[in-house]
Amino acid sequence: MSILNETPLDETVFAASVAPDTPQRPRRVSRKKLNSIIWFIALGALTLLVLYPLIWLVFATFKPSSEFGSNPGLLPESPTIDNFIKVVEGIGGTPLWRFFANSLLIAGLAVIGTLVSSSMAAYAFARIRFKGVGLYFTAMIGTLLLPFHVLIIPQYIMFQKIGWVDTYIPLLIGKFLAVEAFFVFLMVQFIRNLPKEMDEAARIDGAGHTRIFVSIILPLIRPALITSAIFSFIWTWNDFLGPLLYVTTPEKYPLPIALRLYNDATSTSDFGATVAVSMLALLPILIFFIVFQRFLVAGVATQGVKG
Amino acid sequence: MTNTPVSSKPAPVTVPSARPAPVRRAGGRAAPSQKQRSTRRENLAGYGFLLPWLVGFFGLTVGPMLISLYLAFTSYNLFTDPEWIGFDNFTRMFTDDPIYMKSVGITLIYVLVGTPIKLAAALGIAMLLNYRDAGSGFFRSSFYAPSLIGASVSVAIVWRAMFAANGPVDGGLSFLGIQIGGWVGNVDLVVPMMIILAVWQFGAPMVIFLAGLKQVPQELYEAAEMDGAGPFRRFRNVTLPMLSPVIFFNLLLETINAFQIFSSAFIISNGSGGPGGMTNFYTVYLYKRAFADLQMGYASAMAWVLVIVVAIAALVLFRTSKRWVHYGGDS
Repeated sequence: MSILNETPLDETVFAASVAPDTPQRPRRVSRKKLNSIIWFIALGALTLLVLYPLIWLVFATFKPSSEFGSNPGLLPESPTIDNFIKVVEGIGGTPLWRFFANSLLIAGLAVIGTLVSSSMAAYAFARIRFKGVGLYFTAMIGTLLLPFHVLIIPQYIMFQKIGWVDTYIPLLIGKFLAVEAFFVFLMVQFIRNLPKEMDEAARIDGAGHTRIFVSIILPLIRPALITSAIFSFIWTWNDFLGPLLYVTTPEKYPLPIALRLYNDATSTSDFGATVAVSMLALLPILIFFIVFQRFLVAGVATQGVKG
Repeated sequence: MTNTPVSSKPAPVTVPSARPAPVRRAGGRAAPSQKQRSTRRENLAGYGFLLPWLVGFFGLTVGPMLISLYLAFTSYNLFTDPEWIGFDNFTRMFTDDPIYMKSVGITLIYVLVGTPIKLAAALGIAMLLNYRDAGSGFFRSSFYAPSLIGASVSVAIVWRAMFAANGPVDGGLSFLGIQIGGWVGNVDLVVPMMIILAVWQFGAPMVIFLAGLKQVPQELYEAAEMDGAGPFRRFRNVTLPMLSPVIFFNLLLETINAFQIFSSAFIISNGSGGPGGMTNFYTVYLYKRAFADLQMGYASAMAWVLVIVVAIAALVLFRTSKRWVHYGGDS
């Protein structure tokens, strides 16, 4: 750390870098290039390994059911689109599009509820100095860590007594009440990083909290809103336990539960159909992901790194 | 270092702490009434904006927790009134329910083995990605994708097919001369299979590590290199301490999440928890007790044991964190 310590080291480094008669510059560059090539190959191989299950899934949808359990390879031996033709007609009298429509309805409403309720709560936590805000903020962080399984039994009893079983209300009410602390926290972090001057100026001009929230904060936190919307959509789309508990009529099933129906009904006889529906159920998410990945990755990183 | 959207606004690296916004003290004795009125207005606005959250917090979290706590001391089947039985549920759990103890055992193995492997993979690959900026975006997104879909029914179905007898994994291993057959029906291999599924989702903690790595001042590495520190020493003495808040955050979140594994185990075993109870993870068993056997009291007691265990795990992490988590002194 002292200069005395550094000097001899510096000299060795210097001596090494002017080692006799080697054309330093080109070799250095080529070594860097080589490292980059190795880096690309290593990460490319890792990507292939990580994405292999998904690649396999895409190809598997073209395998006839008889090939599962006999052809471990990627490519189907006798490719067919029968799986898709079979699954379109649906299961148990309900067409496949119906499950998609149900999932879309639930996820769409969940996104709306999450955005409205979470942004309001986040604004209160980040910008309004009211009595008890610190306590509630701590409680909100606490719910982030709470195992939600402790809630499913009492919530089920409550919703059952009210008569909400076999409706979508139990799946959605929490979204409209900002129950998922992840989104509130994400937006709080975002709002805290906005300069305060703008709302102070607006306040001097006589704007109240509603005005400031709607016309200043909401437009500025658009990236956080987009991230939240996508996460909310994907998590709701994938949710299995909620609909497993509350949706009992097959016509109302969202995709994950319908998929389980396929899986149970056909796992031995017609695995091709199950695989095809699995792929179709993932497709919207993967498309979402490819389009919006920057927002998603940024959202996850924000969660952990900003305090 | 090019800025990702994440690091474009440098912020101190800290884990989310309960850091309440400073509350304006209600005006002293001599406070002008103007100030009092504005305080009242702030309170009104605050509770107005927070209303949905408050209703959710008390109606869907605190209230149900209290109901669950009460039910934990009762026998309740949803149709007749709960019957108070004191600590019977808890004694039965630990002395008279071998299935429960086994479920605890495999869940602990899953958490204690799976989480460290997942985080080590996440950190290692984050460091690899951090080596270069150009081109790393594609890899980062590819690695993140499994985290997004890992808990879905589709992936559980794919996983079972991947590890089935004569499936891709078995086929690949046979090609290498290792004959082990299907993993799904094998009591020794089904937990490792679930751990691999967890490790496959290393992307979410990796993204968080990567954002943390981007905030480590480059000068520290340069200084360490000047002092003659090799790559390992630099990792040990610069990277690890500088990342410790992020490591702590990931460890806490991933541990808590791992305890709650449900959907994939449920789908892979068709809801049975088999083979031999080896996918009967804690929450799978809890679900079966509550909604298949309608033992709501017993299942509530199980849920509270889970809450207590998770709370203890979190507490232990928080306590020990004082010794190994460094919050940048200079920021």
